[in-house]
Amino acid sequence: MIPYLRLDSLTKRYHDTLAADRVTLDIAQGEMIVLLGPSGCGKTTTLRMIAGFVEATEGTIELEGRPIGNLPPHRRDMGMVFQNYALFPHLSVARNVAFGLEMRPIPRPEREKRVAEMLRLVKLDQYAARLPRQLSGGQQQRVAIARAVAIHPKLLLLDEPLSNLDAELRQDVAREIRLLQQDRALTAIMVTHDQQEAMTMADRLVVMRDGRVQQVGRQEDLYERPQTPFVARFIGNSNLLPGTLGDRFRTEGGAEIRLAGTYKTAGHATIALRPERISLSIAADTARARGEILLSSYMGAVVEHVVALDPQTQLVTRGASFGDSATPRFPAGTSVGLNWLPSAECVFDDNDRPIARIATQQRIETNA
Amino acid sequence: MRHRAWTERAGQAANRLLIGLACLAVFLPLILTLYLSLFNEQIIVFPPHAYTLAWYAQIAGKFGDAIWTSLRIAMAAVALSLLIGIPAGIGLSRYRFPGRGALSTLLLAPLTIPGIAIGLAIYVLAVWIEEQTGLALAGSLRLLIMAHVLITMPWVVRLCLASLTNHERTTEEAAASLGANPIRVLLRVTLPAMRPGIVAAALFAFIVSFENLELNLFLVAPGLTTLPVAVLQYLQYHIDPLVAAVAVAQMAIVGAALMLLDRFVRLGQVL
Repeated sequence: MIPYLRLDSLTKRYHDTLAADRVTLDIAQGEMIVLLGPSGCGKTTTLRMIAGFVEATEGTIELEGRPIGNLPPHRRDMGMVFQNYALFPHLSVARNVAFGLEMRPIPRPEREKRVAEMLRLVKLDQYAARLPRQLSGGQQQRVAIARAVAIHPKLLLLDEPLSNLDAELRQDVAREIRLLQQDRALTAIMVTHDQQEAMTMADRLVVMRDGRVQQVGRQEDLYERPQTPFVARFIGNSNLLPGTLGDRFRTEGGAEIRLAGTYKTAGHATIALRPERISLSIAADTARARGEILLSSYMGAVVEHVVALDPQTQLVTRGASFGDSATPRFPAGTSVGLNWLPSAECVFDDNDRPIARIATQQRIETNA
Repeated sequence: MRHRAWTERAGQAANRLLIGLACLAVFLPLILTLYLSLFNEQIIVFPPHAYTLAWYAQIAGKFGDAIWTSLRIAMAAVALSLLIGIPAGIGLSRYRFPGRGALSTLLLAPLTIPGIAIGLAIYVLAVWIEEQTGLALAGSLRLLIMAHVLITMPWVVRLCLASLTNHERTTEEAAASLGANPIRVLLRVTLPAMRPGIVAAALFAFIVSFENLELNLFLVAPGLTTLPVAVLQYLQYHIDPLVAAVAVAQMAIVGAALMLLDRFVRLGQVL
């Protein structure tokens, strides 16, 4: 089956730097894809190549099986929403929404009907005659979304659409975008650096770094089975501990860790541990690792500890502050044992590839 | 407490005095000109024995041609400098290319050169071209218009550039993604965003051209004299209230231009 949108080895080179490096991705119709990564990872460049504002150095973009890489932006039929809203300041809200329709051979009654419908949909029908500068940021962004969706675009492109909004408003607009996208079965690609936002909005996420795609997958895939240490840290802030893998794992600072899994290869490796899947206890005999509390913070729902395994190695743990297995707040200096289930743990080799697990060990026997 | 009240009152008084003096400095010459233009005297004597509007009746006969010439030159210079200056402003604000700095300087340079020097240089150049090609340039209306474009252009470019500094380029991208081709983007997004700047540019260009004297001195010819030059020539032989009346007429023309433009844009926003 031909995917709705296919990016094949999409590359953008600026002088010596690769802003996007062989980005390859298939997107199904009606899917919401979020490109996620730190600034400079190539997510915006990729989006702008899809929109046609940036010409790809290499690679192809196919929409419904047809290459569109050579089409100018105005012939690609894509609605784009920008971080700074990019409304036309001299046009009223209604004229802003009508703009894309005026560029198309759509008869006036139909145009007016669609504008009214879009404004109702984003709950701005009261504001049709206002100028953009008379609206709040959240309202302006809703106008921008209505404007982009009014043309029934083949693709809805969202470039950090929430980052200029207040924290509270951000969630509202995020939900509104997601509902609209699902309601209209729009195929959408959004760019963001905010992990939370990405997790909330996406059907699938694409984590990028240094122009390259690190991993593509659903939230569960990225969280449970990160394919690189970068993904493990970027999604859910895993602790990354470099060291040597043998019978046990030895950190660079000399601490010994009894891993929950048995792994195929030995040698230099990095382990990633989920903070919220590590438990602390005083009874340290059965622990996978031992450490000393440096810092403890009560965050409301969770209690967070910073634990030193050795002078060079620190990790963060988070435990529920309530319930049967509530984590107490240990005073600094307390000697603790750390335990975790196999699902908390991922091991990566020197090339940042995950090392396959041969067996798992659910519990540690005393004096093992 | 009382001390502070005293200094505050003194400050306010000084403030009002300074504003009053400034208004006096600006308006007194204008009012005086208006006053002089009503004297019923052959030479300006003070105080006048009687008042008359007769001088205004003479303007059309003595300066009508010059006013018409000045108007034609100013309007043509405004049109031409907008035609060149708007695209130049867009290009300079948008693209980084080799020679951009030099081009920018070149377009603004005439501001820094005395008009009389430009006038002389253009005259010499025109004579030289005429000798080489037989093209009658010196003393022609086209030459005057081209010369005026030179001094109006810097204003247009400068103001167009300024109007684009706060312009969001992403609005152009938004328009493109909504299906607007580059020409429609220009007409429906970029130019509307520049509108206040363009109006201000046209205004400044008109005034700069209409009131220019130095540049014209070398370029006018018998039968083709601009208003400021005509006034100067007249003043060499007469000192009567007619000159004051012409000055009032000139102010009225510029004021009318301002008011006309104010109908389209709020000048307060532009300037």
